[in-house]
Amino acid sequence: MKTIFERPKSLTDKQFSYCPGCTHGITHRLVAETLDELGIEGKTIGIAPVGCSVMAYEFFACDMVQAAHGRAPAVATGLKRVLPESVVFSYQGDGDLASIGMAETVHAATRGEKITVIFINNAIYGMTGGQMAPTSLPGQVTQTSPFGRNPDNDGFPIRVCELLSTLDGVALAQRVSVDTPRNIRAAKKAIKKAFEYQIDGVGYTIIEVVSTCPTNWGMSPDKAMDWLRDKMLPYYPLGVYKDVKADGFANVAEAAAARLAATTPEPEVAEGGEE
Amino acid sequence: MKGNEAVAESAIRAGCRCFFGYPITPQTELAAYMSKRMGKEGGVYLQAESEIAAINMVYGAAAAGARAMTSSSSPGISLKGEGISYMAGADRPGVIVNIQRGGPGLGGIQPSQADYWQATRATGHGDFHVIVLAPSTVQEMADEVYGAFDLADTYRTPVMILGDGMLGQMMEPVVLPEPRDASALPAKPWATTGHHDAREHNIVNSLYLKPDELERTNFERFERYETIKANEQRAETFQVEDADIVIVAFGACARIARSAVNKAREKGIKVGLIRPITLWPYPVSAIEEVVGGAKAFLVVEMNMGQMVDDVRLAVNGRKPVAFFGRAGGIIPTPLEVLDEVERLAESVGAPGTATVSATEGGAR
Repeated sequence: MKTIFERPKSLTDKQFSYCPGCTHGITHRLVAETLDELGIEGKTIGIAPVGCSVMAYEFFACDMVQAAHGRAPAVATGLKRVLPESVVFSYQGDGDLASIGMAETVHAATRGEKITVIFINNAIYGMTGGQMAPTSLPGQVTQTSPFGRNPDNDGFPIRVCELLSTLDGVALAQRVSVDTPRNIRAAKKAIKKAFEYQIDGVGYTIIEVVSTCPTNWGMSPDKAMDWLRDKMLPYYPLGVYKDVKADGFANVAEAAAARLAATTPEPEVAEGGEE
Repeated sequence: MKGNEAVAESAIRAGCRCFFGYPITPQTELAAYMSKRMGKEGGVYLQAESEIAAINMVYGAAAAGARAMTSSSSPGISLKGEGISYMAGADRPGVIVNIQRGGPGLGGIQPSQADYWQATRATGHGDFHVIVLAPSTVQEMADEVYGAFDLADTYRTPVMILGDGMLGQMMEPVVLPEPRDASALPAKPWATTGHHDAREHNIVNSLYLKPDELERTNFERFERYETIKANEQRAETFQVEDADIVIVAFGACARIARSAVNKAREKGIKVGLIRPITLWPYPVSAIEEVVGGAKAFLVVEMNMGQMVDDVRLAVNGRKPVAFFGRAGGIIPTPLEVLDEVERLAESVGAPGTATVSATEGGAR
């Protein structure tokens, strides 16, 4: 008999703990399929964050480290620097990555750490019960923005891919979604590319997955998918924000040198001499 | 060699191949030394974006099985508290150096011992200890950090070197330990190095949502702490055999106390010194050995009175325990300590005090 569908080997038998309609499960599967297809599960170490995916260490069959809230990129840095031949990925939500862990995120990115970050942006804190996230939309009602997020008071949402794409250490920054089969296929392709870039030493890679949280959004799973498309995607457009290889460079160092050359004015006057 | 540099060189010789730091006075030379040396040793030196990131890099490197270290000074250690707690919760080894300065808040940059409570009681949230070592000389800075990596690996716990700005900045001759054979370091089958299809997946974790599981991990850890208490208590004693007054002081402060002991002995006062080297586990047995013979204890610290709590716990009301300290980065002088000794000796009726001692001492 021919097997046409099975559980990825890189997932354990443990049943997911996610709510109905939550997209964590799909994204977990895409990561696991990638590890399987690239044959890298044995040399991969994943970092589980604080948040709904805190138990990811029970779901992924590769070695796993659980990190403090927001610190996954620093933990990933420690691991990858000790084991440069390994593959290291962190799996982080929006509160973890873009609020408490923004410093770790930005600096791992600008250092060009050869890691892959899977960033789940569902515009809310899921595990703690639906508080306003750094990516909550203007007007979005949450437990801690009961009258809707008011940019006057709460500021604006952070668009992470746009922000990180300005950094020289970033090899790949791409925003995907898993709301339709077509988008799921595109997300898989992006995740696989990110791991391949890491293996090839191209630089830091991040895939932002625009995701749902039906429970804390207070919606049925299908309505949540509609809300994702109608409300989130306009604020968080899907697409490639940086891809140094597509730009014709072998790695982030080459891309950074070319960027600098392009922005350095022609030397009209000689540098100032000695006083 | 400067104390800070001795720590760095000795750590490398102990097999430390990962250093993650962040600039702060007065530990700067330590990181600077590492930045020069680590690359040549094939190790990792990285200036992190914050103390928080640095300790989490240590956590990651420790998870990968490496001997890893970070260093800072007081305000920076507060930031590392989160990561130290996670390391303790996940039972990962690592070495943290605190070259203390005065506090609280931004405080100052002069030597202090004001982080004793933090180091021995509450390095971070939760029920845990770290082993705390208190060197008193540059030689000991080198020796203690060398041994710290072994302690960390043996007991799978973070270990802290509690130095201060004086020890970090002072220069003394030092005999450096022999470099460790990297291949002879302890195996770490628990490390997350990738399972390579050769074993079950390893998990480094401090999350236990079921209370009975979490309690069990705490019980196990505290059983290990009992072993550490039984095996690792260390203190140096000086002239305590016949001492009426026993000074207890650690680190740089113990050097001053030692001078005061000598001066007091010249005056005929029978004074001795206990210098705890391990602050956790606290060397209660050293106190126990002298508590019968001593008339009183004097605890001298560069803070407002922190270790004195542990001395009082060990003495447990059997003898008076007095305290003398200077704070804010001021180092007490031997004469100040001598004054306190004389006052205490008089109050407890120790022979050789005050005017009597002058006559009798002179007649001998």
